[in-house]
Amino acid sequence: MRHALAQNVGLFKRMFASPLAGTLNILVIGIALSLPAGMYVLLQNAQGLVAQLSGTPQISLFMSLDAKADDIDRLRRQLDQHPAIARIEFVARAKALEQLKQSTGLTDVIGGLNQNPLPDAFIVYPKPGAAQSLDELRIELAKMAKVELAQLDSAWAYKLEALLKFGRMIVLILASLLSLALIAITFNTIRLQILTQRDEIEVAKLIGATNAFIRRPFLYFGATQGLLGGIMAWLIISISLLLLNHQLNTLSQLYASQFVLHPLSLGDSLTLLMFSMYLGWLGAWLSVARHLSQIEPR
Amino acid sequence: MISFNQVNKRYPGGYQALKNVSFDIAEGEMVFLTGHSGAGKSTLLKLIAAIERPNSGSVLVNQQNVGVLKSRALPFLRRNLGIIFQDHKLLFDRSVSDNVMLPLQICGFDFRESHKRVRAALDKVGLLNREKSNPIALSGGEQQRLCIARAIVNRPSILLADEPTGNLDAEYAQEIMAIFKSFHQVGATLLISTHDESVLQDTGVRVIALKQGELQTASTGPGKA
Repeated sequence: MRHALAQNVGLFKRMFASPLAGTLNILVIGIALSLPAGMYVLLQNAQGLVAQLSGTPQISLFMSLDAKADDIDRLRRQLDQHPAIARIEFVARAKALEQLKQSTGLTDVIGGLNQNPLPDAFIVYPKPGAAQSLDELRIELAKMAKVELAQLDSAWAYKLEALLKFGRMIVLILASLLSLALIAITFNTIRLQILTQRDEIEVAKLIGATNAFIRRPFLYFGATQGLLGGIMAWLIISISLLLLNHQLNTLSQLYASQFVLHPLSLGDSLTLLMFSMYLGWLGAWLSVARHLSQIEPR
Repeated sequence: MISFNQVNKRYPGGYQALKNVSFDIAEGEMVFLTGHSGAGKSTLLKLIAAIERPNSGSVLVNQQNVGVLKSRALPFLRRNLGIIFQDHKLLFDRSVSDNVMLPLQICGFDFRESHKRVRAALDKVGLLNREKSNPIALSGGEQQRLCIARAIVNRPSILLADEPTGNLDAEYAQEIMAIFKSFHQVGATLLISTHDESVLQDTGVRVIALKQGELQTASTGPGKA
């Protein structure tokens, strides 16, 4: 065990003999990882926001102004029997006007009207997971007698979520590509290391070193480089979020709202570090497998 | 211990390095391998360590046909051999004692025990006072002795030496021969190649002579030098 340690310490000393090159490698890996990971953080935040705003979907059904009480009763029965609807809520036009007066403080303006401009309305709560899509239901309801307008509320939230799905796909593609880049960087670093240590590898093979023995320090080096790159990415993201939150603070004070970007969670941070370490290890492994067999003592 | 049976070795390009070579070396024997440069001495040693493979015939080391060993079995063959290379193959990025430490690291020796062994091996070749030096600071003879220390630190049962006295003056050459004899006395099997017949004069050991890849004599006894 102490031999392995000594062996690796020696190797690391030589590998980090050029600290500039080593640091640059780690910086490149860090930047490559921070792009997808940073986008992921932004998406997570956006998703939290959407979940907060959208709530449950509902359809507002506005009746025409000439609808009579029996029209309303008939529609109510129809809606009650509809299989895709969980429950309904009736908002009478007089009550709607009252609410409007209270909530907006436009009492004077509304009081000046000769007649109530608001129609009777139903608020329809669809059953979640119904076979019929929300938009199909809206179209069906709009065709019912004495219905002037059917409006799907929170439709924007669905569009936003579709947009987020699109964003997540971009993150996934970006992460895959940059992971490949990380593997390539490690592959190349290890290749150069193997070439500069050609003599040592040759001598080690001549005096009975197994491939596993020769491979080990390179794998450790690849994993360490990956891990340091992951830490670099984490630092880049955390510092960026700190700067962004500082700006957001001013912004949200102007809008009198509370909004902060949440940093990477502990679990996500660990995943990032483990993943980058694994990729470094993998790159090193591929490189060693490719190049070690080419060095045979003569 | 070592047994060649009708071994032929042809290098790519057609050069025939060894032709139909057969001989046996018993356990604990000390044998010299002589011949001019180009006679096939290095090739013969490389076949024993499976650095090269024969085109035909068999090379047995400890009853094991090393010519057909799988590459994953090679390390374990080589751990049993101490090889002293013509060009030393020392590593100049580490100290004298770290060079000697390498075979023990490879075999996974206990750390404290291996320090003792390194010092013992360096003491044996008279380099104990240079253990912290870089090998590049050593003279040719000292580098040769360092190479010997690295070959023996693992206490292998077979020692192979390729031109160990190659470029050394007579005094150094005698010193190194004395070291080899002391290993012979403790029971190691030695095969030493040399083109310098003067080192053989006062020895009574067996000589295997190669000429252009063919075995000339495989005889024992004094006066046969």
